[in-house]
Amino acid sequence: MMNEMAQTATLPESGRRIGEVILDLKNISLRFGGVKALTDISFDVREHEIRSIIGPNGAGKSSMLNVMNGVYHPQEGTILFRGEPRQQMDPHMAATQGIARTFQNIALFKGMSVLDNIMTGRNLKMKTNLFQHALFWGAAQREEIEHRKKVEEVIDFLEIQSIRKTPVGRLPYGLQKRVELARALAAEPTLLLLDEPMAGMNVEEKQDMCRFILDVNDQFGTTIVLIEHDMGVVMDISDRVVVLDYGKKIGDGTPDEVKNDPDVIAAYLGASH
Amino acid sequence: MLYREAGQFKASYEEDQQIFPIRQDRVGMAVLLAFFFLAVPMFASQYWLQAILIPVLIFSLAAIGLNILTGYAGQLSLGSAAFMAVGAFGAYNFMLRIDGMPFLLGIVLGGLSAALVGVAFGLPSLRIKGFYLAVATLAAQFFIVWALVKFPWFSNYSSSGVISAQEIQILGYAFTTPESKYLLTLAVVTVFALVAKNLVRSTTGRRWMAVRDMDVAAEVIGIRPMRAKLSAFAVSSFYCGVAGALYAYTYLGTVEPEGFNLDLSFKILFMIIIGGVGSILGSFLGAAFIVLLPILLNVVMHSTLGSAMPPGLGSNLELIIFGGLIIFFLIVEPHGLARLWQLGKDKLRLWPFPH
Ligand SMILES: Nc1ncnc2c1ncn2[C@@H]1O[C@H](COP(=O)(O)OP(=O)(O)OP(=O)(O)O)[C@@H](O)[C@H]1O
Ligand SMILES: [Mg+2]
Repeated sequence: MMNEMAQTATLPESGRRIGEVILDLKNISLRFGGVKALTDISFDVREHEIRSIIGPNGAGKSSMLNVMNGVYHPQEGTILFRGEPRQQMDPHMAATQGIARTFQNIALFKGMSVLDNIMTGRNLKMKTNLFQHALFWGAAQREEIEHRKKVEEVIDFLEIQSIRKTPVGRLPYGLQKRVELARALAAEPTLLLLDEPMAGMNVEEKQDMCRFILDVNDQFGTTIVLIEHDMGVVMDISDRVVVLDYGKKIGDGTPDEVKNDPDVIAAYLGASH
Repeated sequence: MLYREAGQFKASYEEDQQIFPIRQDRVGMAVLLAFFFLAVPMFASQYWLQAILIPVLIFSLAAIGLNILTGYAGQLSLGSAAFMAVGAFGAYNFMLRIDGMPFLLGIVLGGLSAALVGVAFGLPSLRIKGFYLAVATLAAQFFIVWALVKFPWFSNYSSSGVISAQEIQILGYAFTTPESKYLLTLAVVTVFALVAKNLVRSTTGRRWMAVRDMDVAAEVIGIRPMRAKLSAFAVSSFYCGVAGALYAYTYLGTVEPEGFNLDLSFKILFMIIIGGVGSILGSFLGAAFIVLLPILLNVVMHSTLGSAMPPGLGSNLELIIFGGLIIFFLIVEPHGLARLWQLGKDKLRLWPFPH
């Protein structure tokens, strides 16, 4: 099953072309007080690829993602996004540049319905202001309907039609993860950062999530950075894999290269298999 | 009439977005509006209009204001009464000092003054949350009342800061009877409730709720928490300000700064806790409940105990019941009466086949 899906993703007729480097991280170091979360890490992400980050617990994977979209600011290193160096970036800027993400611990808006959560994902594309919202009829309503259409496409795509109006707090874990992906997709991102989107899921849910990730990548050409612990999944769907251990990069390459890298086997694969 | 949505299919997103998507609710709302706009002014006594309905409406408006800030945007405030005071004294001064200031414009300007003050006192919310923010708004509560007493200019140098609201005139018509004041209050509150509903069901409301529920995630999808919080403070204080102006003009006629004390702020907070945090309907239910409960209690005790009632029992009993209810709602049903109403409707929707 997994292998089949991996093949569809890499088939030439899928229309997916790996392109230029869009995100280039150079010598990134990040410290929290005395804790070195990341030490001198360099790697890049190419357009349209699925780039995975793996490593044992506490290796610095989530920190890396947080650096990418400006939640954390590394003390050292440079980041080039589409060739432009950026120094300080906040999550809002990252969002305007087309970077969306999901969180390791689900970060949905608990008090809102599935539909409202996903609609919120489009907030940057909404141009009407508070006064127009106060009146509602007219521009605000037109905009609301226009974006609702887009959101319904995402809902269809992720097959969550039946839970549209449900408050997200009432959904089971697996579906919450899916809604969080929907909220990120609603922004029509060019770069999608996924922090363990399959953690805690059963086999069936994992397969669905795999399929969605591959479809997003394939149909919309979205570049994906994926953190995942399930080696089977990672090796199946990734184009390239970065391996972190204790905040250092210990491997980087295609799944096959990484699998056979002695350092990686020693530090990571060896430990868990 | 059965409460059913069977057979009512939504053919467009426009229909799906309606405030009342179920037909029976729309009919119910129309009947309710007709009742309050037509039947009530014809049949209600002066006492009901002046001592019950007008304050219920005004408190509903203030509760909507607080609900926008606390229920929707998640920022706790204990300064609602102070923002009402700014609205009352603001409107008073605009009408006093500018010749020919139309009444409604004066009220709106009073509300805008409150919005400005609200934003200023909302600035700490950018750094602090929860309990500490509540303390900061408490400072607003005390500072504003103090300032209104301290600077007699605000009350036009009247003794002890008491202001007497000018006569209400709109397009030459003087609102002097309880009926006319009631209708004016009802019209203003209806419009404001509709506007609030519009705000919370559009992007503005979703931004508020996003910041309330998970501010980091909100920022990551491009919401600016600062803007969302300050806009909530502005709109909330605007609502409280307009409520304060109505409190002076259509309810009491004369007010003093001390009338807008911390007790009143707490009263409004209790209204949203009992009525429903994060619900426009709940704001009305909570206000009605808190205004009506003491009256009801009084009637019940007089009819059962008569003259045997020990003095002070009524007000003590009132405090005990309020305290109990607030604890009940905080622990058991944080969404208040509005939620109980919704649950009842959901049951009815499926009745008599619950599965
Ligand atoms: N905000 C923070 N403050 C202090 N230390 C942090 C912070 N975020 C991460 N760290 C530390 O940085 C290191 C790397 O954490 P990170 O969450 O990036 O690991 P991870 O690879 O995602 O682990 P996991 O697989 O458990 O999710 C850990 O030692 C962690 O304690
Ligand atoms: Mg992590």
